[in-house]
Amino acid sequence: MYPFNYHKPETVADAVALFNDADDAMYLSGGMTLIPTMKQRLAAPTDLIDLSGIAEMTGIDVAADKVTVGAFTRHNDVATSGAIGETLPVLAQLAGLIGDNQVRNRGTIGGSLANSDPAADYPAAVIGLGATVHTQERAIAGDEFFQDLFETALQPGEIVTRIEFPVPTRAAYRKFPNPASRYAVVGVLIADFNGAIRVGVTGAGPCAFRASGLEEVLNQNLDPEALEGVEVPDAGFNSDLHASAEYRAHLVKVMARRALNDLLS
Amino acid sequence: MKITLQVNGEPREVDVAENTLLVDVLRVNLGLTGTHVGCDTSQCGACTVHLDGRAVKACTVLAPQADGANVLTIEGIGTPDELHPMQAAFRECHALQCGFCTPGMIMQAIDLVENGDQLDNAAIREGLEGNLCRCTGYHNIVRAIQSVADAG
Ligand SMILES: Cc1cc2nc3c(=O)[nH]c(=O)nc-3n(C[C@H](O)[C@H](O)[C@H](O)COP(=O)(O)OP(=O)(O)OC[C@H]3O[C@@H](n4cnc5c(N)ncnc54)[C@H](O)[C@@H]3O)c2cc1C
Ligand code: FES
Ligand code: FES
Repeated sequence: MYPFNYHKPETVADAVALFNDADDAMYLSGGMTLIPTMKQRLAAPTDLIDLSGIAEMTGIDVAADKVTVGAFTRHNDVATSGAIGETLPVLAQLAGLIGDNQVRNRGTIGGSLANSDPAADYPAAVIGLGATVHTQERAIAGDEFFQDLFETALQPGEIVTRIEFPVPTRAAYRKFPNPASRYAVVGVLIADFNGAIRVGVTGAGPCAFRASGLEEVLNQNLDPEALEGVEVPDAGFNSDLHASAEYRAHLVKVMARRALNDLLS
Repeated sequence: MKITLQVNGEPREVDVAENTLLVDVLRVNLGLTGTHVGCDTSQCGACTVHLDGRAVKACTVLAPQADGANVLTIEGIGTPDELHPMQAAFRECHALQCGFCTPGMIMQAIDLVENGDQLDNAAIREGLEGNLCRCTGYHNIVRAIQSVADAG
């Protein structure tokens, strides 16, 4: 790891000021992605701005129709939150499926979203639930947030501060985990908002996306059988040592069927 | 930079470069070599310690991130004469062979028993997702943890 200057601001405004003053700064949240990347020298920031001291980025707020999660909330705090478990259980369940216990004790939702790993779990929830990602200067619709492989709508220096999830009538998430890392080879989240269905898919493409073809079919007929005839085109899907594009397209259907079975039961 | 920590209940101060890892503070600066480095890539869990009461991979925590924190390592949980119940269970159940993974396994196992409810075989195996063992095949490790969980 190359040397860097370390900063630990207490407000978002100070963090942004530090970012703007430095040559080539990066924000540090849980470090579960960034520290391994720096060890490999794939990232070499001159300045590391630790977000862990910023009180306004922490905390979980649960209302009847909306769950707000501070960007610096660790995966295990979402997984074990009684309030989230009651109002938006799919989010707690999804957080509990990330990596392993030690990773969940450090990794944060803001870091996961900003990173936009194609195989990360939270993006399926942001897309599938139609969440809003807040930064210090604007609110970004979940559908607009993920743009490509490791690419988001965030501008340089922009900090994810909190995420707002609308509460659906019911929802379910299923993933096919990589047996070694637990990252999602494919993950599908289906949410029912009073009869309007949203389907968020992660793992399959360069970034998470809405499966509009599946949504169309399920909006007509909310039945696992209805998925049988659907074609999931594999064009643009990831193909790597873990799975071919064709296999990922197949997994989208299988995970969607399992999620739908959970949702209906 | 200067960093102060509570390590196994004692206040410690070290002067290290910003890019030092917590595991190196423990092993190199403080001589606590019970915490091992297996992979150095956040996969194997051999470096697991408790940071403010939670199991973390010390190879993936920067020293400055641990400034002011409370750290518990394998050296802090028991003594040769008075083993921690988890250490005693590992010995009793023959839950180690070469012993390289054992400190990390034990620190994660303690976190699991303290924070998990209803620890059955599947929950224990799931709880060991972040710890790799090349020798034992896990079976006796799971037995050891089960025996501590059952003893309450
Ligand atoms: C062994 C292992 C297994 C894993 N398995 C899974 C898995 O199954 N599923 C899964 O989803 N993830 C998995 N992960 C990734 C993990 O969830 C990470 O915690 C997450 O991807 C990054 O979050 P972080 O808080 O650690 O961010 P960091 O590593 O600190 O930062 C990641 C990136 O985001 C930027 N950043 C961080 N916070 C913000 C912010 N608030 N605003 C703007 N930019 C920011 C940083 O500058 C950096 O570029 C795994 C990781 C490991 C090591
Ligand atoms: S040495 Fe830290 S996880 Fe392997
Ligand atoms: S006992 Fe040898 S690695 Fe686990």
